Amino acid sequence: MTVGEIITGAVPHDADHHDVSAIRKVAVWVFLASECMFFGAMISTFLLYRSSGGDGPAAEIFNIGFTSASSFVLLMSSLTMVLAHHSYERRDLRQTRVWLTGTALLGITFLSGQIFEFTEFVHGGLTVSSSPFGSAFYMLTGFHGAHVAVGVLMLLAMVFLLPEGRLHRRRGLNVELVGLYWHFVDIVWIVIFTVVYLLQV
Amino acid sequence: MTMTADQELLPRTGPTGIWSWITTVDHKRIGIMYAVTAFSAFFIAGLEALLIRVQLIGPNQDFLSADAYNQLFTMHGLTMVFGVVMPIGAAFMNYLIPIMIGARDVAFPRLNAFSYWLFAFSILLMMSSFVLGGAPDGGWFGYAPLSTELREVVRMDFFSVGAQLLGVASIAASVNFITTIFTMRAPGMTMLRMPVFVWMSLVTSFLLVFSLPIFGVGLFQLFFDRNLGAHFFSSGGDPLLWQHMFWLFGHPEVYVLILPAMGIVSEVLPTFARKPLFGYPFVVFSGIAIGFMGFGVWVHHMYTAGLGPLAEAGFGVATLMIAVPTGVKIFNWIGTIWGGRVRFEPPMLFAIGFIAMFVIGGLSGVTHSVVPADTQQHDTYYVVGHFHYVLFGGAIFGFVAGAYYWFPKWTGRMLNRTLGFWHFWLMLIGFNLTFAPMHILGLNGMPRRTYTYPDGLGWGFWNAMVSIGAFIIGISFLIFLYNVVRSVRRGPIAGPDPWDGRTLEWSIPSPPPTYNFAEIPHVTALDDYWHQKYTTDEEGRSVRIPDAPEPAVSVADHEVHMPSPSFYPFVAAAGLVTMGYGFVFLPGGLVAAAIGALITLGGLFGWSLEPIDGEEAT
Repeated sequence: MTVGEIITGAVPHDADHHDVSAIRKVAVWVFLASECMFFGAMISTFLLYRSSGGDGPAAEIFNIGFTSASSFVLLMSSLTMVLAHHSYERRDLRQTRVWLTGTALLGITFLSGQIFEFTEFVHGGLTVSSSPFGSAFYMLTGFHGAHVAVGVLMLLAMVFLLPEGRLHRRRGLNVELVGLYWHFVDIVWIVIFTVVYLLQV
Repeated sequence: MTMTADQELLPRTGPTGIWSWITTVDHKRIGIMYAVTAFSAFFIAGLEALLIRVQLIGPNQDFLSADAYNQLFTMHGLTMVFGVVMPIGAAFMNYLIPIMIGARDVAFPRLNAFSYWLFAFSILLMMSSFVLGGAPDGGWFGYAPLSTELREVVRMDFFSVGAQLLGVASIAASVNFITTIFTMRAPGMTMLRMPVFVWMSLVTSFLLVFSLPIFGVGLFQLFFDRNLGAHFFSSGGDPLLWQHMFWLFGHPEVYVLILPAMGIVSEVLPTFARKPLFGYPFVVFSGIAIGFMGFGVWVHHMYTAGLGPLAEAGFGVATLMIAVPTGVKIFNWIGTIWGGRVRFEPPMLFAIGFIAMFVIGGLSGVTHSVVPADTQQHDTYYVVGHFHYVLFGGAIFGFVAGAYYWFPKWTGRMLNRTLGFWHFWLMLIGFNLTFAPMHILGLNGMPRRTYTYPDGLGWGFWNAMVSIGAFIIGISFLIFLYNVVRSVRRGPIAGPDPWDGRTLEWSIPSPPPTYNFAEIPHVTALDDYWHQKYTTDEEGRSVRIPDAPEPAVSVADHEVHMPSPSFYPFVAAAGLVTMGYGFVFLPGGLVAAAIGALITLGGLFGWSLEPIDGEEAT
């Protein structure tokens, strides 16, 4: 049942047993729409302040090569997420766990890169309070990092809880929904990487 | 009839006791909790307003200090918007959406409980500021750089943290309602057979989902400016950014406050005019149009900020245009009453009051789209008069109409009719006496948000009238409170369908059983329940079908699986608010923030691991 069919009521459904998985998917899509506005507002703020570096350093402090590498790591995690979902659809729980673990590790790698990068920037004089540029940069990339961290937490929760059968289709966390979230966080990073790092004044 | 015998006539509605309310996931109980919390907040916000009016009753009063006045008008605004009008809307939505679309609960019952508890705790957090270092005092709009200054005082941290948490609660509730409306409708309940109230709730929920995150970002930026020395709005940053962030949320929010009331009125009028709603699709689509256009008019709050003629002209035209779909609705409502066999019961009076007062507020609103006029009116009592006509004369009149209309469904008992009439006339008179003179005061130059005014400006008389009017409103609501408290226990038994209603909620017992419908209905028409009771003769008049089915008074003859109660939403919400207190009192509060984060995480894990219902646990 597609989202469109659910909304138009084209498919009559048994009201006692709603398609729980489809219902959850609608909710996640609506939530992600809300997230678009959240990141949209922060990206707009960054665009407003991208040349407001004041006396401190601004975009010239970026190491494009390093961030490109960590962006590549995050993009690859979307691939492993797809593979995890694929295994899950085939009911291969062992494979699913392997790919979920891989996705989480790639996410952790990206986060480590971000922590390293932030440390470098702070040593270089770019802080939250050094300029509007710094405030907007740390807020945007920081909240993205927090989203990745939440994603990693959900992935690890699934890795540890899947084998006992304690999580299944009727539950809040399932591979498809976490996958939707994870891909969204990835796509947002593509926008952030382009706007913040590549489009320099 | 004695009270105990009387009591047995009402259907039983599940377990009782405080624990059953804390752990409930029943949308009806959550709706009632929203209503009770919001109604209590309404009395607190009303008290704040009365204190303000005592201070302003004459020139040069010193009943309140400037500092106390600033806290009171800020908290009055915040409480009315976030603690009263939004949650009363949520109360109606919670109770009515599932029943109106023929469902047994919302899509995510535990998320629903979480939204309520987070809302209740957050509004308590905000109110506790009065005794924990002072309430927010920078206006409900929290304009920077005023709101970023005075960093050693926690007041505006209560604002940024409290509003942030309320936003999270509202987004969760909105996601829930949207999903419920899209996926849980009974067979045959197509989108264009849904009651208008459900449609308006859907538009409201979308507005919240798209506008609250922007406010959230603005609040985070305010918080970072205040606590981490960031430069979003001050020292190098641009204070105008805050205004954009705030009003990009703040204007859609205006429609968030009014659309549910418009939905309620669209349900009340057809019932008491005994006619179908005139132009149902127009009412629905104009509501959607308002939703879209509501995102394109925010700059009319910022005409005096100096954005230049192009922006001001563009947003001025957009503001004129948004009056069109609003006007469409008003003509539809008048068309619904026109030629109907109108019964002037209290809900109908309040609904008609809504239309009249909202038209006045709407017209004074259109005057704000004209930039030069608005520049003159900006920050004067003219604006205060205008938005109280739409938010009190509009939203509150609509909600009170809904309260009189659905009270029998919620409690199984009728509200007293005579007291209802007293409430209506006192409220109408008090309301107009309070807010109409504000237009005159505003045009005479009296500024808002100022704790006193000098003698000799000719403002004294009208201010005295305004203050008298405010107390009349207060008395009218004391009558309502008395009516509610008395009728909950002793009101006459209502029965399932006291108003000869049109929508599905009247086809089930009052109060409804936990599972709402013993059998899920099959819907064949708009106003389905009416068409089960009535048909039309050759001349187009409604005729009662002789053997129309009686409202279902039977109980389900088979076991209905309902979601199990859960304690975890309460835990997760309590954890988040503990975190909130921690962030208000940085840096010492970091420990509390960490503890709160752990509690939240524990609540969420418990939540995902517990069985959803009895079926699954076995």
